[in-house]
Amino acid sequence: MTNMLRGLMGACALTAIAVPATAETLTIATVNNGDMIRMQKMTKPFTDANPDIQLEWVTLEENVLRQRVTTDIATKGGQYDIVTVGNYEVPIWAKQGWLMPLEDMGEDYDAADILPPIAEGLSLDGKLYAAPFYGESAMIMYRTDLMEKAGLTMPERPTWDFVFDAARKMTDKSAEIYGICLRGKAGWGENMAFITSMAASYGAPWFDMDWKPQFDSEAWNKALTDYVTIMNEAGPPGASSNGFNENLALFQTGKCGMWMDATVAASFVSNPKESTVADKVGYALAPEGEKPAMWLWAWTLAIPASTDAPDAAKKFVAWATSKAYTEQVAAEEGWANVPPGTRTSLYENQEYLDAAPFAKLTYDSIMSADLKNPTTVEVPYIGTQWIGIPEFQALGTSVGQQFSAALAGQSSVEQALQMAQQIAEREMAKAGYPK
Amino acid sequence: MATRHQKSLARFMVAPSVLLLLGWMIVPLAMTLWFSFQSYNLLSPGMEQFIGWTNYKYFLSDPAFWTAMQNTLLIVGGVLLITVAGGVVLALLLDQPIMGQGIVRILMIAPFFIMPTVSALVWKNMFMNPVNGLFAWMAKAVGAQPIDFLAQYPLMSIILIVAWQWLPFATLILLTALQSLDSEQMEAAEMDGAGAWAKFTHLVLPHLSRAITVVILIETIFLLSVFAEILVTTNGGPGYQSTNLTYLVFSQALLQFDVGGASAGGIIAVILANIVAIFLMRMIGKTLE
Repeated sequence: MTNMLRGLMGACALTAIAVPATAETLTIATVNNGDMIRMQKMTKPFTDANPDIQLEWVTLEENVLRQRVTTDIATKGGQYDIVTVGNYEVPIWAKQGWLMPLEDMGEDYDAADILPPIAEGLSLDGKLYAAPFYGESAMIMYRTDLMEKAGLTMPERPTWDFVFDAARKMTDKSAEIYGICLRGKAGWGENMAFITSMAASYGAPWFDMDWKPQFDSEAWNKALTDYVTIMNEAGPPGASSNGFNENLALFQTGKCGMWMDATVAASFVSNPKESTVADKVGYALAPEGEKPAMWLWAWTLAIPASTDAPDAAKKFVAWATSKAYTEQVAAEEGWANVPPGTRTSLYENQEYLDAAPFAKLTYDSIMSADLKNPTTVEVPYIGTQWIGIPEFQALGTSVGQQFSAALAGQSSVEQALQMAQQIAEREMAKAGYPK
Repeated sequence: MATRHQKSLARFMVAPSVLLLLGWMIVPLAMTLWFSFQSYNLLSPGMEQFIGWTNYKYFLSDPAFWTAMQNTLLIVGGVLLITVAGGVVLALLLDQPIMGQGIVRILMIAPFFIMPTVSALVWKNMFMNPVNGLFAWMAKAVGAQPIDFLAQYPLMSIILIVAWQWLPFATLILLTALQSLDSEQMEAAEMDGAGAWAKFTHLVLPHLSRAITVVILIETIFLLSVFAEILVTTNGGPGYQSTNLTYLVFSQALLQFDVGGASAGGIIAVILANIVAIFLMRMIGKTLE
């Protein structure tokens, strides 16, 4: 109650403050990921070229960013001129009329250079609604030394069975080395991202063509059982509260044999300044089941329809997602640190390919991701590691909680799936599906 | 003596501030009530409509609701038990004349001034973490398997963290009360041959009863809405193991963007808090008379 009220009052107060902002101050909401923090330090060429535009940053953690940006945009608060959103939100928000189409971005802006799977995910009726800042798919990062010790060779695209087998052989709990680290923290962008894509590769979709939840299927049971089993046998303790950052820390300190996660992590685990195992990291494509596990994410810059400075905002978005920006980062911080996964030209650049050993795998896995056909059966939604409906944020998080309970041993796999089915049926009925 | 005119003039003069305060309270409450009967989800704009009791029905039939109710009461009860019992013990110890009494007392009260989010973060990462935490290190030092507190015993861990924060408050109040205990009575009891336990149960505890009541009342009000600790450590999970009502309303409002459902939940939480308050007043209020 009190939180709700405080939230409402806060929202009112903030709206009141935001109104008198002048046309030439751009308020940019962004996520506290390494690449975005770097962007804030790099804006000098932009502000030099546009002295009449001032930049104001609101940097937030992913979940908080989502809460703020969604409430602001949905209530037409107009606090932000540019928001950082993912390719899950963009098509949904574009359909609601919350985002401005990104047309006439200036002559230098090479829209045709954007990787096709990413561009397609950010467009509605052929118009681009957000410009990708960096893109990612999923890959396996593994310790070459431990793999060798276990007497195995990682294929370019392993099967799930190979991954499980390797994880068991690499585990040495007394030395605090755990064969596999996977996300277990509840949340649609945390454990559900991984489990949704894993289940899809087992042939288990979220919904059938009539929008009926499918958690009672055999394929889901097998996928979740495998996930819980391998994490109990070869995962780190406390896995049910590990998300991306926790696993990154575990891998960097040499406690994980394998880690399947976003491709963007590759540059962090191979950076000797941050990672103690930088020289022993190998990469492989996400595993193959009935179908390869797919994953496609892009952090993008979009302009809310409620902005009062659309032209200045467009200028900034065009600058921050341009090839020139990439070159600027390369010149100052080295090619391995440029924002990856958005432009074809980057993967044709020999300098980048030489500096980033993970570049080719990143490119291959992004290009192989198919938002429309994530699993073996036909589905009514788009999305590989998320489901492209507005209800998914809520649903994904509730289901994620059940699955993290199964991982923590607080409930059985059957109970978790049963609860997930029940929750999904309830929420879908409440939201009025099938629409 | 004020005349009748003066009295009505006085009433007239305070009216604006009374109205303002009333509005300050009524407007948000009325808005919450209004929203609770609407189908209003931020993510589906343009679909707002009156839907009667549907939001309440969904909230009350939510599989998380009863667990959340139970957890709310368990948190309040658990923390009260630890803080009152621990507070009495600590107050008795701190009442003894010792070296550096002032410093010890300041150190004792310190946890109360740490922000809930900060203390939750410290507990989560530095103490309870099963790989890098202090407890895990201690367990490993004696050859035991580290316990994954936040996954295995989520509710107990949260009760522990919250109790750690509120223990100083209880101690402080009880210590103040203890210092007003008549030393002559204690001496008299001693001369009559009363043992330490008899003195404690017959003199100290009755003397402290009023202070304990105050502690219970104040803490209950705050503990019903514990939130930051849950958000930071377990996010209400695993499953619904550590979801309380506040967290459930939060997840409706800001994770699901369901303004209608969250408002209904808010109203239900207000009603429940009032029920608890009434019982509490009835049960403990007697000792205050």
